[in-house]
Amino acid sequence: MFKIIKKEVLNPTVTKMVIEAPLVAKKAKAGQFIILRVSKEGERIPLTVADYDREKGTITIIFQIVGATTYILNQKEEGDYIEDFVGPLGVPTKVDGLKKVCVVGGGVGCAIALPVARALKENGCEVVSIIGFRNKDLLILEDEFRQASSELIVMSDDGSYGRKGNVTVPLKELLENQKDFDKVITIGPLIMMKYVVLTCKEFSVPVDVSMNPIMIDGTGMCGGCRLSLNVDGKKVTKFACVDGPDFDGYEVDFDEAMARNRMYSSFEKHKYDAACNLFKEVK
Amino acid sequence: MPNMSLNKNPMPMQDPKVRAKNFEEVTYGYSKEAAQNEADRCLNCKNPLCVTGCPVNISIPEFINKIKEGDYNGAYEVISLSSSLPAVCGRVCPQESQCEAKCVRGIKGEPVGIGRLERFVADYHNSLDIEVNKPISNGHKVAIVGSGPSGLTCAGDLAKKGYEVTIYEALHAAGGVLVYGIPEFRLPKTIVQKEVDNLIKMGVKVITNVVVGKTLTVDELLEEYEAVYIGSGAGLPSFMGIPGESLNGVYSANEFLTRSNLMKAYLDDPDTPIMKGGKVAVVGGGNVAMDAARTALRLGAEHVYIVYRRSMEELPARKEEVEHAIEEGIDFRLLNNPVEIIGYQSSDPKDPKNGYVKAMKCIKMELGEPDENGRRRPIEIPGSEFEIEVDAVIMSIGTTPNPLIKSTTEGLEVTRKGGIIVDDNGKTSRDRIYAGGDAVTGAATVISAMGAGKLAAKSIDEYIMNK
Repeated sequence: MFKIIKKEVLNPTVTKMVIEAPLVAKKAKAGQFIILRVSKEGERIPLTVADYDREKGTITIIFQIVGATTYILNQKEEGDYIEDFVGPLGVPTKVDGLKKVCVVGGGVGCAIALPVARALKENGCEVVSIIGFRNKDLLILEDEFRQASSELIVMSDDGSYGRKGNVTVPLKELLENQKDFDKVITIGPLIMMKYVVLTCKEFSVPVDVSMNPIMIDGTGMCGGCRLSLNVDGKKVTKFACVDGPDFDGYEVDFDEAMARNRMYSSFEKHKYDAACNLFKEVK
Repeated sequence: MPNMSLNKNPMPMQDPKVRAKNFEEVTYGYSKEAAQNEADRCLNCKNPLCVTGCPVNISIPEFINKIKEGDYNGAYEVISLSSSLPAVCGRVCPQESQCEAKCVRGIKGEPVGIGRLERFVADYHNSLDIEVNKPISNGHKVAIVGSGPSGLTCAGDLAKKGYEVTIYEALHAAGGVLVYGIPEFRLPKTIVQKEVDNLIKMGVKVITNVVVGKTLTVDELLEEYEAVYIGSGAGLPSFMGIPGESLNGVYSANEFLTRSNLMKAYLDDPDTPIMKGGKVAVVGGGNVAMDAARTALRLGAEHVYIVYRRSMEELPARKEEVEHAIEEGIDFRLLNNPVEIIGYQSSDPKDPKNGYVKAMKCIKMELGEPDENGRRRPIEIPGSEFEIEVDAVIMSIGTTPNPLIKSTTEGLEVTRKGGIIVDDNGKTSRDRIYAGGDAVTGAATVISAMGAGKLAAKSIDEYIMNK
């Protein structure tokens, strides 16, 4: 059992929790993920590590309430326990040797992009960050990003905060005007990452993407998280849990990844509605 | 006088039509009368070949003699000297290619039902709820990576000798392949839990949610423990590399079985989704393929195919599972090999069926010359392609070793395929590190993993006692 030390509502659909997990905290690095099960018989879901405190032995997770499991997790309060919490899984984001990087985060993906920006900065890399949200109410982690970046551009789809438009608009401007970016690192919805990659391609700037496919064990056993890469014209199957979650954006087949993530969407909708109704009845 | 009947006592079991729709155990096990009658078929050979066929060399005629005498606990004690999981092995061992293959009664008629008798003895013993004593500690600490059959066996043998054993398990439940892989209808999970509980009563600590190679490294374990046994099991599932394997509805057998078994997707209203119903094709011919096919059937599939590139004779699955699968109505499409999985693609881009499996294209095969393993090599018959309509495809064509431990343990030598290299005593290239089971051999049987766990326990004991 793993104790919830702290809970903070970041916006109506995104919650931050600090979980006591000393073994995981001892090893975790930016870009890695954990798998949790809220209760017995619950499903296993992967969540990327948003922060860690090795001394206190805690891991911070930030999650969007999108399905039954995240809905039920969000019903838990400080002092409550979750059943299982395992990690750190996956390969940490590569931050060594980079001098200037643009970090592009979208929505709740910003929670994962932030530790990457911080790790880059700690490594002496200059970080320019672009973070995008649907609207002002969904904005998270602005101050934290500002601290980790030499420049921060905030975008909103409807223009209710920052600049109006997609993250690719300022990215294109940056890549046009500043030719010294070693790399772009992007984390967010698949469709956003797909277009960030296309933008980077125009300028031949390397781009790493963080994939978040459906997983079960997360340890390299089930193969559910597989994705296809196009490596020198050849299709290669990789597993996000042990080979990723970061991949070379140029190689990822995004359309396939998007289709695979929809695999259980009707089941998920049904479970989410059932979870909402259950808690409404209880209240 | 021995019972000279040519046939084994039949195993009582659920009617195929009934059991194809439930997850309860297929077979019920022998009654005392049937066990007695079957035991009487054993001739108690002076030179018992059956023992040589058993990977852990159980004194088979000796335990059968105890059954003849009605001393079932005595029989259990005989088996316990060599095997720690008799209730499991009595159910899942491929007896027809091991002990029973060597039985002289098999020359004319059927061999003695050794597996059925082993199961009878174990189930009888487990029904008594006999108290498990905690051995006196010898003060030595050993860590075990993985709680599958080899890890449990190694832990049990060491605990009996007084070692303080801690098992680290990556998943949330102990049992390894016995809980995530083998379905309830073939191995009820209460049996596995009982074995794990008995180890805990003997003082073994089981720590779940620790991925060795990630959460802790083997070298960190060596700081706290005098020796480490790696029984981390097989790894990533293999795929064929044919077009369409990323379509929705294509599973590895590991994923399909893990969803159903470990995550309980077979229950009503589960939290973990799985495809239920429709037409399902399972590619492969091993035990895992049979388990996947029969699970799909029980989940409500209207038709289940086994697609295998060789013939019935080469089918590697346990004979009883194949027979049960046929009885349940699994459609064996032998000498066929998939060449492509075809997805649904409507002209309406919003059609929810887009991206899901629609059919599988196969090619007919014939058998040519034997390969290096003596199995006849399957060869494609040009122009013989055909399609079968399916909604899901389950790939059950093997696994490749998990890289997590190898990549984080310096100096641990592995084969070209990635299996950990061990000597005749189960010791790896590194001092104080032992390994066994699928992590060494690649996908194999429960009993051979158990045998490796036993061997390593003996070696670890010798090493620590002679330090």
